Amino acid sequence: MNQPISAGPERVDPAVAEAEGISKAFGPTRALEDVSVDVRIGECHALVGRNGAGKSTLVSVLTGLIRPDRGEVRLQGQPAPPLGDRAAWQERVACVYQHSKVVPGLSVAENLFLNRFDRRIISWRRLRAAAQQVIDEWGFDLDVRLLAETLSVEQRQIVEIARALSIGSRFLILDEPTASLEARAIERLFGHIRRLNATGVGVLYISHHLEEIYRICHRVTVLRDGRHIVTGSVAALDQSAIVDAMVGSGVVAVAQAGTAARTEAPVRLRIEDLSVRSAGGSADRVSLVLRAGECLGLVGLRGSGNATIADVIAGLVRPDSGTVLIDGAALRPGDRDSSRTRGVGYVPEDRHARGFISLMGVDENLTLPILGTLSRLGFISSGRREAVGQALRTRLSIVSSSGRQPVGELSGGNQQKVVVGRALASKPSVLVIVSPTTGVDVASKAVLLKVIDEARRDGMAVLLVSDDLEELRIATRLLVMVRGRVVREFRERPWNERDAIAAAEGLVA
Amino acid sequence: MSQSVIKQAEGGSPAAAAAGHRISLQALRELTLLPAIVGVLIAGGLLNSSFLTTSNFIDVAQFSAALGTVVVAESLVLLVGDLDLSLQSVYGLAPLVAAWLIVPKSQLGQGADLPAVVGLLVLLAVGLGIGLFNGVMIVKGRFNSFIFTLAMLILLAGIQQGIVSGNTIYAMPASFVYLGSAAWLGVPVAAWATGIIFLAGGLFLRYHRTGRAIYAIGGNIEAARAAGIQVDRIKIGVFVVAGGLSAVAGLMTAGHVDAVTANQGNNLIFTVFAAAVIGGISLDGGRGRILGAFTGVVLLGLVQNLLILSQVSTFWISAADGAIILAALLLARFVEGIRR
Repeated sequence: MNQPISAGPERVDPAVAEAEGISKAFGPTRALEDVSVDVRIGECHALVGRNGAGKSTLVSVLTGLIRPDRGEVRLQGQPAPPLGDRAAWQERVACVYQHSKVVPGLSVAENLFLNRFDRRIISWRRLRAAAQQVIDEWGFDLDVRLLAETLSVEQRQIVEIARALSIGSRFLILDEPTASLEARAIERLFGHIRRLNATGVGVLYISHHLEEIYRICHRVTVLRDGRHIVTGSVAALDQSAIVDAMVGSGVVAVAQAGTAARTEAPVRLRIEDLSVRSAGGSADRVSLVLRAGECLGLVGLRGSGNATIADVIAGLVRPDSGTVLIDGAALRPGDRDSSRTRGVGYVPEDRHARGFISLMGVDENLTLPILGTLSRLGFISSGRREAVGQALRTRLSIVSSSGRQPVGELSGGNQQKVVVGRALASKPSVLVIVSPTTGVDVASKAVLLKVIDEARRDGMAVLLVSDDLEELRIATRLLVMVRGRVVREFRERPWNERDAIAAAEGLVA
Repeated sequence: MSQSVIKQAEGGSPAAAAAGHRISLQALRELTLLPAIVGVLIAGGLLNSSFLTTSNFIDVAQFSAALGTVVVAESLVLLVGDLDLSLQSVYGLAPLVAAWLIVPKSQLGQGADLPAVVGLLVLLAVGLGIGLFNGVMIVKGRFNSFIFTLAMLILLAGIQQGIVSGNTIYAMPASFVYLGSAAWLGVPVAAWATGIIFLAGGLFLRYHRTGRAIYAIGGNIEAARAAGIQVDRIKIGVFVVAGGLSAVAGLMTAGHVDAVTANQGNNLIFTVFAAAVIGGISLDGGRGRILGAFTGVVLLGLVQNLLILSQVSTFWISAADGAIILAALLLARFVEGIRR
């Protein structure tokens, strides 16, 4: 039912957007290097790459939020407007992000025409009629009188797409539009994209789910480490070619020292039939077992539900059904204290929001969960705190002027070490750790992984929630999650990393 | 691909059907307090024979007029997602400064003996000027509006005390007290003025593009910026207008009691917030209508009047006020609960 338009080299449609030779560096980090991409009229063009490949930077360049160091952007054949001219950019390109840019208290109609009313005094009848006309004209089904706050994610996307189209933009960027949509909503979204393509709208489609790309896109561009790797028709690039381009050829089946835990080691964590509905990724009847001395990698894309499971174990999220057992006894659902006192250490993904208190000193942050053992009648012994802090700082080679330096002043890598060190301070029996090295420099990354691996060897049970190949090297076993379900297990090393990634991307390898 | 013709949505789409029900509830929200107002009217009629009389309602209007004008001012500020505590001090200081400059020295004036018309201009200038200062500092200087306007409240109230050494200014010219003391067709001019301010405010917020921009800013400031709305300019403008309205409200009260005390405005802001919030104006910004705020003012005005008529001891009136506000909040919360 979906025959992609053949876009061979002999018939080249004009482009709605072209980026040519784009380079952009942030300090020493080269986010993009000589990247070119073009989106033709009526085309759905996939942009894929692993985290950190440069997709977001490219989107920022294409939407005029970032000025590239080198290279040129052309929209509808014209050079891009100056960066400050937001109105001109809006007429040419629109990006539908995951976090929505609608005003919750206003109606759909008003959101569509926000600040674009034709006169100073608004006629609500005319506004609603015009909005409904836009909605109908593009084939959407939505009552424009509804308040935006009552809309589903799918409907909010429609509002944003319709707004962009009504402003006159014929180039849409959809940034992981299916991440929080249900299967039927995804089908409807695909229907909209096909219809828009048929009317000449060009779409740049960013998704981690490769199977979607084969269903909806005509061409695909792969980025890796800020470089353009390949662009081609989806018909010409099969799944393994795309995965190779994303992962790179250097990484295949790396054997790692990590030895599997003995099966007779005691079970520390058991999850049975866990189901959670969550905007950040639902989980659907997940069961797993984690033994002492083992590092289980829970692999999945953003929104696959793996991070949600971590939140459930930590007691931050209450599951809809299912049980979490620590050492054989069930946790009280949605109760942080219960998790903590039973020996669960937790390193959250968003370290800035939940990981540390930036105005407090390094030692104070490190010892926050064990203040009880460092104090008498509630008064903290600063000497003992410093001793414990000192030990942890050494173990993690945290670089700070002293144990009193506020964590907010440290580099990203050292901040992350504080977060991990804090989790280790209370000597948990189960360590749940989410993407511990995201956005961290290479040296810190190595230290962090080494420390976690050492803790595992000492008998800690580690649940590593991640989709980063380097992080997963310390795992002794892998479970792959796609859209809330565990789809595959890699029991023993060595496993093929490419297969693991392909499985997580939703491909049947 | 060519057969995927653009679908023309028919009239009775499923989304439209589901919408009707929610929309009617939305309109109800503005009228949450109506049953409470009706209840107070009935209770009042039973408790006191003079409650349901024209002259008593005129009294209520006269008493509520100044409060209502400040509530409109505060509602505007709340809608853009800020708050302004210093409005109560503007309400006291602006008429005091104006009166001080026009009455003779023998009446505690400054001695400038300005004409009354100039006094009125001074009054407006004080209100608008303080609003501008607040707005610029909060928007451009990125001060937290709570703490900044709290400091302004204290400072301005102190100046008000200081200028007249705690005394009261009497005997102001007729044109200066006209707004607060005269009546048209038997209804106080202040009540007319407040009615017009409510009506104009409501229409402006509902039908003017800048009014809609105010909702957008309070609802999602990033979306407002992305839509090209001049966020900073509009926010500052809202503070300026709020200051001006509060100064006018102060003039209403000064005219009504034919005096400006050194304490005029003390504690007013609590009642202002209470009226706005029980009327459905959200403290988080972007939500609520002027009509709702109006019902809040009417309810508080009626209750206060009834308490006075019922000869509740003056020492207990504040407690009764607080209890009524709490009850109204619970009622609003309850209705909100039904909506969800």
